[in-house]
Amino acid sequence: MTTLFTFAAPSRFYRLSGALLPWLWIAAAVLTYAGLYIGFFVAPTDAQQGEVYRIIFIHVPAAWMSMVIYLAMAGWAALGWVLNARMASMLARALAPSGLVFTLIALWTGAAWGKPAWGTWWVWDARLTSELILLFLYLGYLALTEAIDDPRRADRAGALVAIVGAINVPVIYFSVRWWNTLHQGASVSLTAAPTMASAMLLAMLLMTFAFWAYAFAVVFMRARAIVLERERDAAWVQGLTTMGHAA
Amino acid sequence: MNWHSAREFLAMGGQGVYVWGAYAATAALLGIEAWLAWRRRRRALGPRP
Repeated sequence: MTTLFTFAAPSRFYRLSGALLPWLWIAAAVLTYAGLYIGFFVAPTDAQQGEVYRIIFIHVPAAWMSMVIYLAMAGWAALGWVLNARMASMLARALAPSGLVFTLIALWTGAAWGKPAWGTWWVWDARLTSELILLFLYLGYLALTEAIDDPRRADRAGALVAIVGAINVPVIYFSVRWWNTLHQGASVSLTAAPTMASAMLLAMLLMTFAFWAYAFAVVFMRARAIVLERERDAAWVQGLTTMGHAA
Repeated sequence: MNWHSAREFLAMGGQGVYVWGAYAATAALLGIEAWLAWRRRRRALGPRP
């Protein structure tokens, strides 16, 4: 347990994440290049949909990220509340804007795909509506936490919203099974063989890992900023600012 | 190889506006987000407001 608490110290997190950042950005760039190359130059034209299906290489990974980040945010927020762990709460706060961005991307790319495939930008089906609710949950979390001045009170209020809203994530995931939706069912699942050509699947998985690397990088950057904002008076932060540069 | 020319690549079988619109929005959103996070840390290191 000693190690767990050592890593939970904001100063320790700041140094470790700083060392990881360049590698995360390199990984994101390499994976994006590989994923887009295979997605556009190796994966064949879809027999039914033509070329427009190539939106899948960002649409599905972004939708996955929007849900995974929400669960991570709720988990860290709960830990920060129950254990009174400051770093966990700061990670929850740092995750929210990234989750919002991936939700926006999932909805936008979905609309751009829906128009040519279904003939409409938007339809009130269960999958689309529950993803829109996810957008409002992120917006609500951000509005609430930004509106409260005391950081620890804001963390606790945000945690309540995050935990209650987590019920929406399984609803999104299973919506295509529970209801009759215009949205197609899962092409990839943990329990069955994927129903896609292997080059398409590979491109989609590479883009998923690229988004993971990007999300880690940008969440670490934001969490480092939050650590600095909250620990302004700590000796180690004063040391960073007077040196004029921060490793 | 799927494409015989740059023009064909950009046209995306006549659905280029949807495909490139989706990719452009994604790139813009991720780029702006990363820039805002970078700026926030730089400001946190600066003088007190």
